[in-house]
Amino acid sequence: MSSVAARGRTTAAPGVAAPAPPRRRMSRKHREWLAAGLFLAPDALGLLLFVGIPMVLSIVLSFFQVSGFGSYQWIGLGNYDRMFHDPLFWQSMKITGIYVVVLVPVLFCVSLGLGLLVKQRLPGIGVYRTALFLPYVISLVVVGVLWKFMLDDQVGVVNRAMRAAGFDGASWLGSPGLALGCVIAVMVWVMMGYYMIIFLAGLQEIPREYYEAARIDGAGPWTAFRTITWPLLRPTSFFVLLMSTVAAITGGLDLIFVLTNGGPANGTSLAIFYIYQQAFGFGEFGYASAMGSFLVLIMLVCTGVIFKLTRGGRFDDGK
Amino acid sequence: MMASETRTSGPARTARTRGVPPAGRGEPGAGAGAVGGAVGGGRTGAAGRSGLSGRAGLTVLAIVLSLVSIFPVLWMMTSAFKTRSTVTDGRLIPREFTVDNFVYVFTEVPFARYLWNSFLISAVITIAALFFHSMAAYALARLRFPGRETIFLAIFSTLLVTIPVVLIPLFLVARELHLLNSYAGLIIPAIFNAFGIFLLRQFYLGLPKELEEAAIVDGCGHWRVYWNIVLPMSRPVLSALAVFFFLANWNAFVWPLVSTNDESLTVVQLGIASFQTQYSSNWNYILAAATIAALPMLALFFAFQRQIVESIKTSGMK
Repeated sequence: MSSVAARGRTTAAPGVAAPAPPRRRMSRKHREWLAAGLFLAPDALGLLLFVGIPMVLSIVLSFFQVSGFGSYQWIGLGNYDRMFHDPLFWQSMKITGIYVVVLVPVLFCVSLGLGLLVKQRLPGIGVYRTALFLPYVISLVVVGVLWKFMLDDQVGVVNRAMRAAGFDGASWLGSPGLALGCVIAVMVWVMMGYYMIIFLAGLQEIPREYYEAARIDGAGPWTAFRTITWPLLRPTSFFVLLMSTVAAITGGLDLIFVLTNGGPANGTSLAIFYIYQQAFGFGEFGYASAMGSFLVLIMLVCTGVIFKLTRGGRFDDGK
Repeated sequence: MMASETRTSGPARTARTRGVPPAGRGEPGAGAGAVGGAVGGGRTGAAGRSGLSGRAGLTVLAIVLSLVSIFPVLWMMTSAFKTRSTVTDGRLIPREFTVDNFVYVFTEVPFARYLWNSFLISAVITIAALFFHSMAAYALARLRFPGRETIFLAIFSTLLVTIPVVLIPLFLVARELHLLNSYAGLIIPAIFNAFGIFLLRQFYLGLPKELEEAAIVDGCGHWRVYWNIVLPMSRPVLSALAVFFFLANWNAFVWPLVSTNDESLTVVQLGIASFQTQYSSNWNYILAAATIAALPMLALFFAFQRQIVESIKTSGMK
């Protein structure tokens, strides 16, 4: 580090010798602005071009009938009108609703439970953390392939194990309700390690003295959890709820693609999958954009609700 | 053994970033064990006192859950070494061990090409993203200029926009820019996400200011400060993000799916998905292909577990 400073000094020498110090101070401020602009330029441009403009474009597109290449016709709220009368869209929204309402709480509880478990100082705890986190690094495509194999009616290991235990096997991916349950279970298996780590980080921030004090006061583990862990974990809970809800509403395309392809009988056709199909299957970019905008609106409402419920992850609002 | 590093470094880092005493780093003695039992989530009422039996129960639980968690991955890998006729025999250990499936996958489909494409794309995205994001984050954390907070808020607000939501307009933008069906199209849009900027900014806000100030007083330009001082100091967070970005992009599927249809550009995830449709009942081949796609990530995971965990932990804190 000191060598850097030394080199800086030698190169700066001519500048120090410059004749007009007041102008130099002005230009230093402006130099900082210029530097900031240049440092920010690549990311700002990229985000504008590949996130900002698409966001706006998504809403604009929803008012157009887009057919084929470059044929845009303004139809006002036509796409939205069509959306409200599209039973398949509402079915996909219903499936998304069930999916989110089941997945988010289950994932929350499982991850929190695992977080509490792997916070303990158990022999070999590193191994358990690794094992529980491992599924997260595998791509959803590979996960889909793998579980399709495991859940197969005839040759799958799940049915094989059930038959060995004396039960009838089930057609896991063959009936709409069961298939949706399987998608949720697989998603929990993949994501639990990620949120477990986040909960673990949150738990490790709670000072140990609090638990010691509670123990001295005679509090049992449940009381300690309810009065110390749960309230102090609120920022983490907020983050996990928010991230998992957004991920549930807009993600999972890859898994659906490989595991069920939306079937059977559209039973796992989540809204995002239906929108994808309309856009890239039938070229209905305008209609798909209308449904996408609606989905984003729903997502914002959910975010608002979570914000209210968890009081934005702050501690001090209750007073 | 990487995992044990995770254990010790986790609280240490927490303490550094948040200024709380490093909880949970003492020797795993009797007192610590009892406290551990006390937050066990309501196992037994006497966990605080009889920590030993509670700990044994929790250990068994952890072992069982760990086995459930890794079983599918193990099942995939061992099944990939079975023959066509034994792949569905329900045994974990193959009776007839064969590597023919892997040979078949590589000779029948240009799988090496897919792997190369994925590697190239992920590596370029990771390097470019870290470079641009650290520059932007440095400016947002350290330089003073009008509108700084507004720009940061604008960037931060894009965090909730995930690729599937803007997939259609993104596709149209890429089409206008003639980026479809090209490496550039696979790479450039994937570079920009606010997650990296946010994380790096938080890190830079926590760096001591004195070094930079000294350098600036000595006449160092902002570029020199960034390149020679800030970048070397941010090596830990950069390596964590690098692994995380590489992983995410190696696993990317949706954008490559809609933006390419040229086989020479096929990435490994697309390759697996279409391989599965083509060879739908040949589970031995499909699982071998899936194993090949998963192995590099598993290797990366075991080598850089600490970095991955760190990047996730940091992302959950504000």
